[in-house]
Amino acid sequence: MNKPIRVVSVFCLVLFLALLVNATYLMYVRADSLADDPRNRRIITATFSRERGAILVGDEAIARSVPSDDQYKFQRTYSQPFKYAPITGYFSWFSQTGVESSQNAVLAGDDSRLFVTRLVDMLSNSDPKGGNVQLTVDAAAQDAAWEGLEALPGDAQGAVVALEPTTGRVLAMASTPTFDPNKLASHDFGAVADLSKELNADPREPLVNRAIATTLPPGSTFKLVTAAAAIESGNYDADSMVPGGYRFQLPQSTTSVPNYDGGNCGGRRITLTQALQVSCNVTFLSLANELGVEAMADQAEKFGFNDTSLEDLGGQAESLYPRDLDPPQTALSGIGQSSVTATPLQMAMVAAAIANDGDVMRPYVVDEVRAPNLSVLDRTDPQSISKAISSTTADELTSMMVATVDSGTATPAQIPGVQVAGKTGTAQSTADRPPYAWFVSFAPADDPQVAVAVLVQSSDTSRSEIGGGRLGGPIAKAVMEAVINQ
Amino acid sequence: MTQTGTLMGFVHRRRRGAELFLLVLALAVGIGAYAAVGLGVEGVVPADLVGYGGWLTALIVAAHVTVRIVAPYADPVLLPLVAALNGLGLAVIRRLDLTYEANGLDQHTFARQQLIWMTLGVVLFIVTLALLRDHRVLQRFTYTAGLLGILLLILPFLPLVGREINGARIWINVAGFSFQPGEVAKVLLVIAFSGYLVLHRDALALAGRRVLFVDLPRGRDLGPILAMFGVSMMILVLQNDLGSSLLFFGLFLAMLYVATERPGWLVVGGLLFGAGALAAYTFVGNVQNRFNFWLDPLDYYEASPGSYQLVEALFGQSWGGLIGRGLGNGFPERVPFAYSDFIVSTIGEELGLTAVMAIILCYGLIVERALRIALISRDGFGKLLAVGLGAIVALQVFVVIGGVTGLIPLTGLTTPFLSYGGSSLVANWVIVALLLRVSDQARRPAPRLDPVDDAGADSESTQVVKLRS
Repeated sequence: MNKPIRVVSVFCLVLFLALLVNATYLMYVRADSLADDPRNRRIITATFSRERGAILVGDEAIARSVPSDDQYKFQRTYSQPFKYAPITGYFSWFSQTGVESSQNAVLAGDDSRLFVTRLVDMLSNSDPKGGNVQLTVDAAAQDAAWEGLEALPGDAQGAVVALEPTTGRVLAMASTPTFDPNKLASHDFGAVADLSKELNADPREPLVNRAIATTLPPGSTFKLVTAAAAIESGNYDADSMVPGGYRFQLPQSTTSVPNYDGGNCGGRRITLTQALQVSCNVTFLSLANELGVEAMADQAEKFGFNDTSLEDLGGQAESLYPRDLDPPQTALSGIGQSSVTATPLQMAMVAAAIANDGDVMRPYVVDEVRAPNLSVLDRTDPQSISKAISSTTADELTSMMVATVDSGTATPAQIPGVQVAGKTGTAQSTADRPPYAWFVSFAPADDPQVAVAVLVQSSDTSRSEIGGGRLGGPIAKAVMEAVINQ
Repeated sequence: MTQTGTLMGFVHRRRRGAELFLLVLALAVGIGAYAAVGLGVEGVVPADLVGYGGWLTALIVAAHVTVRIVAPYADPVLLPLVAALNGLGLAVIRRLDLTYEANGLDQHTFARQQLIWMTLGVVLFIVTLALLRDHRVLQRFTYTAGLLGILLLILPFLPLVGREINGARIWINVAGFSFQPGEVAKVLLVIAFSGYLVLHRDALALAGRRVLFVDLPRGRDLGPILAMFGVSMMILVLQNDLGSSLLFFGLFLAMLYVATERPGWLVVGGLLFGAGALAAYTFVGNVQNRFNFWLDPLDYYEASPGSYQLVEALFGQSWGGLIGRGLGNGFPERVPFAYSDFIVSTIGEELGLTAVMAIILCYGLIVERALRIALISRDGFGKLLAVGLGAIVALQVFVVIGGVTGLIPLTGLTTPFLSYGGSSLVANWVIVALLLRVSDQARRPAPRLDPVDDAGADSESTQVVKLRS
């Protein structure tokens, strides 16, 4: 009987090997995908009960976990909830957004970079602690941005993004209306669920981070891209004579488009600088029409359109420059109308690229990742994602934008003693809604430290007031001053 | 039995010192785990650690001393393996008890009851070893054991004593205690199969038709396997117990194959199994559900009946990862029946893949020792007995751990020695006693108690009958 016993032994060996292999597969290979299952309450509860790391701006912890008396041991609190909500996001029992979501692995202590810390925690039998996340945000710039948005009249909706041109660091990112993440982090889950439902149903969309998630026609601020494409084509420079006049007849169409103020921009032939200074529609319609959809789209994509670039914060919407525009639409795209849409972040990137000799830097909000003992685990390195324009083109555009602030439409952004480069914008939406006010700028023009984009949607402001940069200009100015005066 | 001839010159050592050393390690696992549970869940070393550890040590020492006296040549590895598994199981059940108590559940004394059952198991282990000095005595009770086994399987259907718990009608209620007679029936049936097969192996081994290099058995010899198949299907349909059904049939098939040395029986058994599985899948809704839950557990998480239990177990184990969350730091109580059928998922969650692998290896070693005992055993009955007992452990472990980790469809069976469950624990201690008895006989240098040369066992028993007639 020994031969079959040996066969049975081999069979049993196979059975046990199968068990070992399957256990390894389940608990090692498949573990990550099971951990990502939203119904896996172990992960949620464990993350929720842990001493989560802090989110830091400068020296201040804008989000941190403090001990609580209930079964979850720690309560997430936000020291300046509304001001920083678009960046931090919220950390609730049900879900996370913003940096709380994108940096969850670090904050919860699960990140592989925290391996040594985890090992020490395990060996010393202490509860695991999360790592800290240091943001790139400049507290003074963020204050200025938030206060500027707060000061807007009535039910204004708006967003501000400020970038450091040479690195892509996000210096400020504010959005209004917004929400209180403290209430969503509450351990009273019923109230959290109700509030969450209420916020989601709110037509003013307080949960949306307008700075990166709202795409709207960029209006006249897009003329910077058109001008860039024109100069890059080699046929124009800042002093080239370009068409001015009262109206532009769209190709293949009976429609003709006037200038915003109904004027003639100062003549039938004006310089490109003057065209930008007075934000001449006719000039840029004709330039876009002449350059064609391919050249325009190429230039837009070099600035970051039709793609997303923000990697450490979720929710960035793609700014669009469609490649299938017909000639009249292409002409309209030159003044930031038709199907062209952009996020405030995208327009800030355009300004930052011009300020940075044409190099588009990848925007980022997470500066450093630190262990619970504050040792630096990782630092984000600035990364160039494309060369949008040559440095000569960048210089010409800068001088044109400086002229626009000095004696053009963007005068509200003037800062005494500092050369500011800027461009206003107003974009039409539907007839029954007011236009959007845009403002992009950077300063100082000769040594740029900050590039800002401001978007304001407000029903309390008359159409004529919006165009002059009166809404966005002061906010951009305050943010730039906050950065420069440090 | 030409194989045993080669072993005649080799004298096995007793190795009782090695057993004692291994038992110390096993106790360290059990008592250490109990202390770790107190530290992990309550933050303090359990107040009753000395009493508990003392009790566990006393049980193990008693078992060891018994082996030293009545089975000095017995295998030295089996008892430590079993002691370690039982000790770990107790600690993990205790860990769940503490959480159940904190959550306000009524039933939170599983560990204490399990310790009582373990005590009973060790007592039966000692009694078995002490009374049964030669396993071949059991051969006399072939048909008694078989009849008793069948009777025990039927018991749960009888009024008054039979009870249905959690959808499976496999319980009886005696004097306030719930008992699964099927667990004892397992052991009795192994004895019955061994006795029957050792007598009829020659007839069953006769070759019939030859198909593709395999000699199929003769049609007229199909009676026993068909009968066993019928019993298994009955258990499945009437008791709604997929696990036991599979266990009994697989057990019989393995023993039949070993007894006859005919792979043809495996073919027949495999075909029957396939037919049975297909029929069960088609006609028994429960089986169909289990199969679907296995294929796509995550899809049936919210369904009812659904795969909530399995998915929670999968979540828990995968969360445990390589080294586990640590005792007291997981949420094993989210899995229904974490203390019995799903104890491996509790271990996976809190002690990790490392512990699950260690457990599987422990079971693997138990099976390996059982089959080794079968190899060196000098008599056919002993060989079959050891193979049968080893096969019970192997099949049960494969079916349970395979089910809990999602390798095969889930079936309700207890994990030997780990799971809470009195009947199972007691029966498993008896299985170990029987294995030790067979190994003691096999490893003994001179078979003093063995007047009959096993090569002629059949013919001589025939002669005795002739003399008396």
